[in-house]
Amino acid sequence: MQNPVESIESFTVQRNDRKHKPAMSNQSLILQQALTGMFTKLDPRLMIKNPVMFVVEIGFLLTLVMSFQPQIFGPTLVTQSYVVGVMVILFVTLLFANFAEAYAEGRGKAQADSLKKTRSTTQARLILADGTEKLVGASDLRAGNIVRVTMGEIIPSDGEVMEGIASADESAITGESAPVIKEPGTDMASSVTGGTKVLSDYLLIKITSNPGESFLDKMVALVEGAKRQKTPNEIALTVLLAALTLVFLMVCVTLVFYAGYSKSPLDTATLIALLVCLIPTTIGALLSAIGIAGMDRVSRFNVIAMSGKAVEASGDIGVLILDKTGTITLGNRLASEFIPVAGKTVDQLARMAACSSLDDTTPEGKSIVELAKRLGVTDLNNPANTTSVEFSAETRSSGVDWEDGTRVRKGAMDAIKRFILDQGWQWSSEAQELAEQVARQGGTPLVVACNTEVYGVIHLKDIIKPGMAERFAQMRTMGIKTIMCTGDNPITAEVIAREAGVDDFVAEAKPEDKIALIKKYQSQGLLVAMTGDGTNDAPALAQADVGLAMNSGTQAAKEAANMIDLDSDPSKLIDVVSIGKQLLITRGALTTFSVANDIAKYFAIIPAIFIVAIPAMKAFDIMGLGSADNAILSALIFNAVIIPLLIPLALKGVQFKPMSANQLLTRNILIYGLGGIIAPFIGIKAISLALNLFGL
Amino acid sequence: MFEITYLLFFLVASLLITVCLGGYMAKVFNYQPTLLTPIFEPIEKLSLYITGIQSTGSQHWKQYAFDFLLFNLVCGFVTFLILSFQHLLPLNPLHLAGMEPWQAFNTICSFVTNTNWQSYSGEVALSNFSQIAGITFMMIVGAVSGLAVCVGFLRGLTNRHSGNSGLGHFYQDFLKSLLYVFLPLLLVGSLFFISQGVPQTLQQQVSVTALEGAPQNIAFGPVASLLTIKQLGTNGGGFFNANSAHPFENPNPLTNFIEILMELAIPMGLVYMFGVWLKNRMQGWVIWGAMMAVFLSFLWMGNAFEQAGNPILSHLPSISVGIDQQSSSLQSGGNMEGKEVRFGVLPSMLFTVATTGTSTGAVNNMHDSLTPIGGLVPLADMMLNIIFGGVGVGLMGFLLYGIIAVFLTGLMVGRTPEIFGKKIEKPEIILASIAILLHPLLILVPTAIATMNDFGLSSLNNLGPHGLSEILYAYTSAAANNGSAFAGLNANTPWYNISLGIVILLGRYISIIALLAIAGSLLSKTKMEPGPGTLPTNTLLFGGVWLGVILIVGALTFVPVLVLGPLADQLAMLNGTLF
Repeated sequence: MQNPVESIESFTVQRNDRKHKPAMSNQSLILQQALTGMFTKLDPRLMIKNPVMFVVEIGFLLTLVMSFQPQIFGPTLVTQSYVVGVMVILFVTLLFANFAEAYAEGRGKAQADSLKKTRSTTQARLILADGTEKLVGASDLRAGNIVRVTMGEIIPSDGEVMEGIASADESAITGESAPVIKEPGTDMASSVTGGTKVLSDYLLIKITSNPGESFLDKMVALVEGAKRQKTPNEIALTVLLAALTLVFLMVCVTLVFYAGYSKSPLDTATLIALLVCLIPTTIGALLSAIGIAGMDRVSRFNVIAMSGKAVEASGDIGVLILDKTGTITLGNRLASEFIPVAGKTVDQLARMAACSSLDDTTPEGKSIVELAKRLGVTDLNNPANTTSVEFSAETRSSGVDWEDGTRVRKGAMDAIKRFILDQGWQWSSEAQELAEQVARQGGTPLVVACNTEVYGVIHLKDIIKPGMAERFAQMRTMGIKTIMCTGDNPITAEVIAREAGVDDFVAEAKPEDKIALIKKYQSQGLLVAMTGDGTNDAPALAQADVGLAMNSGTQAAKEAANMIDLDSDPSKLIDVVSIGKQLLITRGALTTFSVANDIAKYFAIIPAIFIVAIPAMKAFDIMGLGSADNAILSALIFNAVIIPLLIPLALKGVQFKPMSANQLLTRNILIYGLGGIIAPFIGIKAISLALNLFGL
Repeated sequence: MFEITYLLFFLVASLLITVCLGGYMAKVFNYQPTLLTPIFEPIEKLSLYITGIQSTGSQHWKQYAFDFLLFNLVCGFVTFLILSFQHLLPLNPLHLAGMEPWQAFNTICSFVTNTNWQSYSGEVALSNFSQIAGITFMMIVGAVSGLAVCVGFLRGLTNRHSGNSGLGHFYQDFLKSLLYVFLPLLLVGSLFFISQGVPQTLQQQVSVTALEGAPQNIAFGPVASLLTIKQLGTNGGGFFNANSAHPFENPNPLTNFIEILMELAIPMGLVYMFGVWLKNRMQGWVIWGAMMAVFLSFLWMGNAFEQAGNPILSHLPSISVGIDQQSSSLQSGGNMEGKEVRFGVLPSMLFTVATTGTSTGAVNNMHDSLTPIGGLVPLADMMLNIIFGGVGVGLMGFLLYGIIAVFLTGLMVGRTPEIFGKKIEKPEIILASIAILLHPLLILVPTAIATMNDFGLSSLNNLGPHGLSEILYAYTSAAANNGSAFAGLNANTPWYNISLGIVILLGRYISIIALLAIAGSLLSKTKMEPGPGTLPTNTLLFGGVWLGVILIVGALTFVPVLVLGPLADQLAMLNGTLF
């Protein structure tokens, strides 16, 4: 199984925790299902949804009849074995097309199977109106029902926690094995997902979804492709391919009359061969496989797209709105520098700061201790019987009280100022200046004081996730504007924005600012993508063209979004955009390739058809294919074998490197346009030579 | 040397016309004042006042298309009556009878659609009144309507009326086209032709005694005015049956050169105007360059084969009759059958490529007499029908292929396809498909029917592949609203009059309605600002892609029939057989 990350190599963020990855043993199962699907999909009722391949099927049926009754459509000069040859190649063409689709579907199914296992026949304890419990099947639950789930039981359906606190294992959905706490009333922790497991205690859950509508149901259906609907672009492309098919149908049918007029009658089998060669069978055969594989690539990134439309739209994104915290930065401010006041050394300050943080379990506190250690302050110990002072919203500082009465504090400047003044001492303006200096640089200053003495300032800094700056640069070359949203003050925001390399930022942003921002860009004709997790993000998620909700987020956010990230990693939005683009490029490249192939096929077939009546036609046989039968069969075989040759490309997607549209077009036109013109000349000639070897 | 100088003059003149006329039209149709505004504004206002047309309102594409159709229908009906009852009307000194109904039907279909296919000879079938009030009037209606719909279409595509779902107002656009564009050019053009000796009189013929002493009636009439609209409006229907090969309709090399430029003037100018309106002149030049590249390729191909002459006459071993076809100081050389000695090969071929590319259909040489490949050039030119194309509709057709090109290749930049900032989705693709399907349908199917039936074959003068070319040419000319004839085909039969009439009507109106609908649909979409991530359509590369799609989608459709027609014909000629 290929690693989907490899298909977008330039995005170097390797995810080693790939989940839902079908095991190797599934490979043979997928293949087996695809081989079956290859034949079941021959059903004309299914085939008609793909007009191009439907025409091939009709051609196949006609040649099938002619294989037994060669004269049925009028007298013919060709041999029966030639007709059988055409018939077999057409049949194989159909099988190849079906195989591509069935194989792509199979990969999705294998993934869905691992999800399905969690959706076993769960029993639920329904709380009746009189307060008694009744055992019912999970499938009998309706929205509004209340159930009790206790330790070790599977949560039967999606819902909201009404009562109780419990830890839950959500690994079935997220792949994340660490348990999460579920309790009522909180925004995120109160929503539970069907299929997950309660590990301790009990929960009273109000069910919020009806059977078949739960998150798990949707997810299974989506990855299975059972409810797959063609995306708008795919529909439009199908229409255009059908129109091209009609044009070539007209060409071939009228050619019968012209050939009759020219006293060079056409054989029906040859005519069918010409038609099948000219209509865009390559893209017709691979179109749905490309779409399914695109969705599949998204889900392999542990993102569930609610529709293919959303994946398609993500390729068109012009603006990415990203939350600062958790997306661009690591989410916590970390100590980056100790700045002592005059008369104190860095070492002294570091020691004091570290002492105040030894019992501090917040990331900030840990980072202070770590920085101190890195600076060479080793023997860090607080005296015995130290009382730690926890951070509180009131004091806005934390620290330790030693037994001897020494009080060490670190905290916001105002808090420490009050701490000093309360002890009746003068507040040094030097510390204030240092703190303001840090703030001007976009950092957060923590002032450290011991009793009445100020030691200096700790510079807390937002740490930008590694690799983000490069990714934003790539976004820029792709023409995507990145905007950072943050609740920070404008100075801090600007520093982070500059450091991360985003195009713009919104400071002191409120949730409603996001909607205004999205609407502003949408009115300029840009498609906007954003991430969110809170209930107050829901309207903006719904307004955005691509809204990626975190799985850790609230039910409301998840419902408003059109994609859900199971790993709750907002920076994945960037990957989703790349996958969307890759999907569209693959579709375009294979369409161009398919249509460009026609030139060579004309050169192969047209001289062959008329060479008997008009010997001078030999002048156009530039490939030197020799006999008419050889030329037609070669072109037809090329037309068939190109399909399986391109299946890996259709499933994997064409290579995509972030670059400007003009560079992309140049590159892809050269490969798939020019290549599409040249490749069949070589391929048809090679097949023709091979046929010669077998004496055909 | 002559060739290069001649083409250089042609290119420089083309560029000048493109920029001047294009820049002028960009202002006129954007309701901006021009030099001529003081003269025509009162007339314009008066006309709108009298007719009571609310010129301020912008019409939805359906209303715009409806007005266009209704106006054409009414004009066509009036002309039908004029042609049918010309014996009861004035200015008929030769007492010509009314036209047969089927021929009249064919004629009005042909003229209202800017096609100008003629199954009659003007000088012997039409009175002066019919020529002026019927034919010349219809020529103006057809051409001006074409310009108006193109203006509406481009307005939709370029968002001229921001925040408005309308394409403009058909009657206002019609009036502006007529007053500001056609009228001044027609006036200047007619005076120029008169100065060169083209007749302009109400006298229908003059009797003279020819050199050998026999009396001869020489036909003339109001030629100069008809000639000007014929060329400028890409109409092509001649006053005389010999069209621009007739000395009264094209007296000298200078008039020939000017006539060619007149055919191209408005179609070229529209391309430039489009660039101005799009605020992207480069886009205009890419389209212009792509069109000119094909134009010059066709010209090169036609000229090469015509200049090479007929191998049977000179250098084919065993059957050659040893005629000198080399170009020298004594003769232009090459295949001169059907060409005027006063023009020679290159000016004749330039006229041919211009007239078939622009759907004009005027001829200064007989296309039936071209070498087979020389004859393939005008055929292919009409099959594409967008190498500058007819007034208005040419650019519309080229942009239609642009939509298809963007849709096929635009995905390759990783975005769903968009053209000029508008997303192309299912409705546009359905409409574009209809327009794309229409052309092969109207050409291939009736040609196939004609080749299988006596009513089709009995009109042929020639057999074999050349006969196929003749039928193919007739339907291609009709579908492309070109109107030029290959000759060799008697088209005045019920089958040809009716079938060609229908092909002409469908070829004109279905594609125009489909394209107006596309414009209406695109207009209602939000315009995306172009950025580094959007597909650039104004580059040399995309110009190449555009041409590639035109050649693959537009031309491959016709390869098989061209192989059996002109190509088989050429191969036969090289083997010593002529048809």
